[in-house]
This record gives sequence, structure tokens and C-alpha cells, in this order.
Amino acid sequence: MPTLTLASARSPFRDEFAEELAIRPLHSGDIHASFQFRTVWGVDLLQATDPRFLRYAILPREIVCTENLTPWKKLLPCGSKAGLAVLLKSEKLFHSSYFSQAVHIRPVCQGMHCTVPSWEMRQTLNVVFDLYTSGQGKREWSMFKIKIYVDVTDSPQGELFELSPPTPLLSQAVVLGDRRTYSVYDLTDPGTFGKVRSLNLLVRWKADNGDMLRPLLHGERYVAGFGLQTGEIHTLIYNNHPYRAFPVLLLETVPWYLRLYIHTLTVTSKNRENKPSYIHYQPSKDRLRPHLLEMLVQLPPNSVTEVTVQFERALLKWTEYPPDPNHGFYVGSSVLSALVPSLVAMDTNITQEHPLFSSFFLCKEESSYFMRVYTEPLLVNLPTPDFSMPYNVICLTCTVVAVGYGSFYNLLTRTFQVEEPSQSLAKRLANVIRRWRGVPQL
Amino acid sequence: MAAPLTLLVIVAVTIRAVLFRSSLAELISERVEVVSPLNSWKRVVEGLALLDLGVSPYSGDVFHETPLTIYLYHFVIDYAEIVCMIADGITAVALYLAVQVYNKNVFRKQKYALEADRYPHDCLELMQTPKELFYVPLKVAMFYLLSPFTILSCVAKSTCGINNAIVALFVLCTIKGSALLSAIFLALATYQSIYPITLFAPALIYLLQRLYIPVNLRRQSFWLFTLQYAFMFVGSLVVIVGLSFFLLGSWDYIPSVYGFILSVPDLTPNIGLFWYFFAEMFEHFRLFFICVFQINVFFYTIPLSIKLKDHPVFLMFMQIAIISIFKSYPTVGDIALYMAFLPVWSHLYRFLRNIFMVSCVLLACSALFPVLWHLWIYAGSANSNFYYAITLLFNVGQVLLVSDYFYAYLRREHHLSHGLYLKKKDGSEATLVLK
Repeated sequence: MPTLTLASARSPFRDEFAEELAIRPLHSGDIHASFQFRTVWGVDLLQATDPRFLRYAILPREIVCTENLTPWKKLLPCGSKAGLAVLLKSEKLFHSSYFSQAVHIRPVCQGMHCTVPSWEMRQTLNVVFDLYTSGQGKREWSMFKIKIYVDVTDSPQGELFELSPPTPLLSQAVVLGDRRTYSVYDLTDPGTFGKVRSLNLLVRWKADNGDMLRPLLHGERYVAGFGLQTGEIHTLIYNNHPYRAFPVLLLETVPWYLRLYIHTLTVTSKNRENKPSYIHYQPSKDRLRPHLLEMLVQLPPNSVTEVTVQFERALLKWTEYPPDPNHGFYVGSSVLSALVPSLVAMDTNITQEHPLFSSFFLCKEESSYFMRVYTEPLLVNLPTPDFSMPYNVICLTCTVVAVGYGSFYNLLTRTFQVEEPSQSLAKRLANVIRRWRGVPQL
Repeated sequence: MAAPLTLLVIVAVTIRAVLFRSSLAELISERVEVVSPLNSWKRVVEGLALLDLGVSPYSGDVFHETPLTIYLYHFVIDYAEIVCMIADGITAVALYLAVQVYNKNVFRKQKYALEADRYPHDCLELMQTPKELFYVPLKVAMFYLLSPFTILSCVAKSTCGINNAIVALFVLCTIKGSALLSAIFLALATYQSIYPITLFAPALIYLLQRLYIPVNLRRQSFWLFTLQYAFMFVGSLVVIVGLSFFLLGSWDYIPSVYGFILSVPDLTPNIGLFWYFFAEMFEHFRLFFICVFQINVFFYTIPLSIKLKDHPVFLMFMQIAIISIFKSYPTVGDIALYMAFLPVWSHLYRFLRNIFMVSCVLLACSALFPVLWHLWIYAGSANSNFYYAITLLFNVGQVLLVSDYFYAYLRREHHLSHGLYLKKKDGSEATLVLK
């Protein structure tokens, strides 16, 4: 690493923190709230990272619980005591239709010259509140240095919902290839509050339904087949772009106890075979490593691509089953990564101020954006032995082996003899006495 | 006898061809009783597909065939059905010829013994007549070709058929007296699955007997021939193993094939005793019981050889039966091989004690296997214990069958030396017991 001269004429870089909340009312009446927190440290935390090595780990079964939320909140500079994190109450959050939290840590450049690497930690929390279980949003808060964005693209003239208090500030951003319009409430501006020190944001729905724009790339996965012997994993990849085809990288890690048969792998798009341009397959080793399948598939425009592969379910040792064995085993999601061509041109000027939710992945290319989609995890049942039986099984199997051994032992060590009938006990005693007396025996 | 044999082969091929074209072929090739992780055709196709993808087939845990067989299957993958039928045909013809030669030897020995007046006079009804000896080879071929076990194994395209063909060719070469070919086929059979190495002893004893060398550890001629035969066997094995190394360029196949057979990591259910035992095993006893179970297969060789040193072909039958019952991944194809020998011992019928019960048990278990598998895996109303119980019963039946034939053989030998109608000291009819 080259040494840095400290006598440079640049201003010392300080740590930064920014947070924002983006609210998007959905057509179904639910509200999608996205909390974004960004912490930047002006020091180089890790000395050496080799970008050539990618480690991938997944834990498919994770119970949603406050034990996940609390340590996540503690990563924020003020914890849950100040800022938007005050709103993150676990009872409200876990009574939602969808919940997702993430932490991303990466080195970033500050400014155009990138002399000093600084580290950025992004925490995002996405919640979809069900209209009927969580009620209307009545919140009271007071804080500084944040902005609230409300997505009004679907209702420009107020026909879907009405927002109060109205704000003249409007901003546009391109999020995932879609140009959205936001009403901005800037809480750093005292004019937003008016006379009271709190902001009461009210969204009142007027219309009932509408049409939502489908994402350009999404995926589904399910297990087909019946019985506990074999099955098939089907992965469906949807390309909803009207006229552009693009390649997608599909990464699947399947645990070793589902033995994949790669010669049964078929990829079909629009009922025709679609041969992948690149396949990397590393077969599993029992109890050591899972299957790793990476494929580059070209998705034709406006189509569904189906990837199917057959597998066989293994019988495990009785100690390898989890406490509730008939619940099944979780198989981690497959990952679809693609550079999706955008329907709208993107602005890639990085010095301009962007909302946090749209500036996570910035691409050089003007008309595509990077997207990583995770499919659902699978739940697969395996055949189970009877767990109450270890002693019985050992006894019974050893009995059968002993029956074999005993028969062979008898035939090998004994010879055929004519059977002499044995005398009764009384006669034998009498013979003993007679012998002692010296008299001929019976 | 060529015409009936040809007719039999045609009938067998027709049955197999009909089943290949029906929808049952798919169903049968997935049955766990018929295919095991060692000889499933689906895994062979998977291994060859991995090779096409540029990955070594032994890097995963799905392929457990030897490299020379990869080479063979690479060429015949499109003609798999014909190859399986040809393998069955080779086995049947090899067994036919072997049993024919063996029966000729048996008849000749019997004739000399009768002329030398070595048998007691009441043993004449125990003698084998030429008439019954004439039809035995055809019955052997029929038992093998038309046995439902063999037909299922062939329709599933299990590689067990090819292993059986190699063992049958080994039996033929041994009985014909060719030591070199016998050693080569034995080395091939051992290379495929380790267990046929126990057939070294009966082959050695038979060849010594044929060359009139007495089986006496103190004689030099015995050791000379033993070393010759051992050298031929070990030499062929080394050549074959070396060829396999050069074919794929690595020793990866040794843990994948032989390590797999010996350490039994895959617990897929089959008709043997190993799978459930090791599924329910306490972890700290696992190594101990694996050693016990594997020793159990090899353990009977020496005692059986000592007891049956004058009857090496029966010893060969016993060894093949013990391998088929106690090996780590048995299938019905292995059972079909030793059951094909049963007509050779049909003259023992009067001394068999349990044959009716044993045949009922084997028939009932064969019928119950698919039923209880369906109930466990598809219907979900039974559990693994049901299938395991039938496995136990099936193996008990097989063990009783083999020990029954052993008893009958020893008893006949006893009668041939001591007379058929034995009397007690007071002149009344005696009963024979093992003491």
C-alpha cells in the first residue's frame, strides 16, 4: 500500500450520517415504508480486501423476531433513541405483510479523486404495512436532518389518494429504471412545520384499485413432484421488458442431501429449448459441500424462462435431522443477477444530491441498472427413519447376522452323529450308585 | 442341447425387449430394490454428463463406477439396452457351459467311485443319474434368464448385469481349468466390486484338484501353484488399476469407488441390512460396526474352505451367496446369480429341511417390498420400520436357504461314506444330529 502524505492540502474528512424515509402508498391500500440509514467513516477500516474472492453464504431459515431487530438498531449512531429509528417498534413492524432488513458495508470514494478510501455502512429496512392491521399512519416525531419522500407518481392529480399537509416541493428520481415523482417533506426546513413542532402526515385513499407496473426482472422457484424419493426444482425467470433481451446469471446452491442430476437440466423459453451460454457446476460431496450451479441464460424479451432439474432425496443419519424433522429442510434462494436495460434514461452524475434509495447502485452505462433478485427459499421433505428405534435396530439386525453366523458355525464345527437316546435322571442316578456298588448297570 | 438353449435365449430376449418398450421401464429403473447407488444407470449417465461438462465424475458423490467402465459406457451409451441383454446372454451361456463341464466331472468321479466300490450298498438311490444330469445346464440357464430378479435388473439397465457376466466368465474359466483366464476375470470382478476376492480360495482349490496337487500346506507343489495363481491375479489387478489411473489421470476413483463400498456413506434404502443399521447408529460406534459388517463378508472364506476343500464348486456357490447377502449395497441382480446355481444341487432335495417355508418367505417378501415402499414414501401412512422389517425377513430367508443347502450337501456326503439307512445300537432306525 503506498503511504499517504499527511501534509496534503485537503480538508480532513469527518464521519457522516444520513437517514431518510420513503413512503409509497400501494394500489392495494397497503403502505410500503423504506427506512434508509447511511453511515460513512473517514478512515480505512480494513487494510486489504481482495476483490477477486467472493464468499457467498445463506441461512434460509431465520425466524423473524426482535432478536434480529435489536442488534441492527444498535448499529445506528444513536441506536433507537433518536432519529427515524424511534419509529421502529417491533410489535408494529412484525405485524406487517412484508419485512426485510439489510446491512451493506463497502468502501466508497469521496469526491472525484478517490484519494482516501472511506467505508460506508448502509442499513435499509423495508416494511409493507397492511392497511387493516396497522391502521392509518398517525405518527408524531421531532428530529433533525432528515427528509421524507412520499411517492405520488401513481396519483399526480390526487385521484388515488390525497396527501396532507400538501407540499409544493416535488422531486423526481429514477428508481430501478422507473421515473418516480416524490413529494418531499424536508424536516430541516422550518417552513414545513409551520407553527407546531410536529408533522402529522396523513394519506387518505380515494380509489380502490389500479394497475401497478411489473418489475422488469423477477423470479419464482418451486419444487414439483410427489413422494419422498425424487423431485424437480423449477425456477421461473420473468423478463417483462417489451423488446429487449438481456442475459441473467443464475446462481443456485442446493444442499448435498438433494442429489441433483445435472443431465436432467433443461432451460426452456417460450416452449423452446434455450441453451445457456455458460454453465459452471460443482457437484456436492456428502456432508462436506453443497451443489453449486452457475448459469448465464439469455432471456428473450417479454417471456418466461423455466429452468428445471431433477433431484433425489437422501436418507440421512438419525442425528442429522433437525428437532422437527417432518417440517422439512430449507433450501436457500437462488440468486438472479442482471444488468437490466432501463426504460428510462438514468442520470449518473455522482456529485449531484440523490435520495439514498436510488443511489445504491450507480452504473456508468446510461441505459441499464444492476439488479439482484432472490427467489423464495424452498421447503423440502426428506424421508425420515424412526427416531425411537436405534437400540431396536441394532438388536434386530445383529440378530439376523447372528442367525446366519450361528447356522454356519454349527455346520462348520459339528459333524453328523447317530443320536443315542439319553437316559432319564432316575436311571442315571441309579447307575451311579450301581457303579459304586460294583454291580452291572442298567 | 444348443437348440433348447437358443430357444431359451430368444424367449428371454423377447421378454426383455417387450418390457423395454413398455412404460414399466422407467418405473423399474428407479426402484431401490433393483438399483443401488453403485450400479444405477441414471448415475452412469450423470457421470458421463459431468465428464462432458469438464468436471471429474468423481469430484461429486453421485458416480461410483470404475474408470474402465466409464470407457466402456462412453461407447455404448446409446445401445445400453442391447448391452444389458448381451450381458445376460453371456452370463447364461457361461453358466450353461460351466455346469455342463462340472456335471461331466461329477459323473466321471461317481462312475470311478462306484467301480471302486467306495460307496455303501444302500446309497445307490443317492447317485445322480445321467438323465437328470443332462437337463441341469439348461435349467441353470433358465433359472438365470427367466428369473424375475434378472429380468428386472436388465430392464433397469443396472450395471449389475455386467458384473454378473464377469463372475460367470470367471466360473467358466475356472471350471475349464485355465488358470490365467480365471485370474484375469477374477481380477476384473474384484476391480468392479471388492468382494469377489473371496472367490480366490475356491478357484485355487479347484485348480489344484484338477492338477492333482493335494491341498497340503506342507507340500512344495501346493505353494508353487498357489504363488503362481496369486501372482497372475495380483498382476492382472495391478495392470487394471494402473490402466484406470492413466485413463483419467488421477487416483480420485479409489476413494470414490472402493472407499464408498467399504465405508457405506450413502444410506439409500435397499434390500440389504446395512442402510437402516447405519441410519440409526450411534456415531461413536459407527467405525466399529462398519468393520464388523465388512469382516462378516470375508470371514467365512477360510472356515468354509477348510470344510469344503474337496468340493470347491459348492464352495464357490456358497461364497457367491454370502457376498450377495452380506455386501454393502445388494440388489436383486446379485441374488439372481447365486439362485441360478440352485438346479445344480437339485439332487439334494430330499435332505432340505426348510425349503417350503423359505420359498414362501422369499416370495412374500418380494411381493411386499414395493407395497411397503409405496406406503412409506408415497402414501405416508407407514414409516421406514415396515420396509426395514421386510428387509430383515428377506435376509433371514436367504440365510436359511443357503444354510439349508449347506446342511443337505454335508448330509449327503455323510450318507455316501456311512450309508443311507443308519441304525442305532439296538437296531432301530437312527436319527442324525449335528453334534
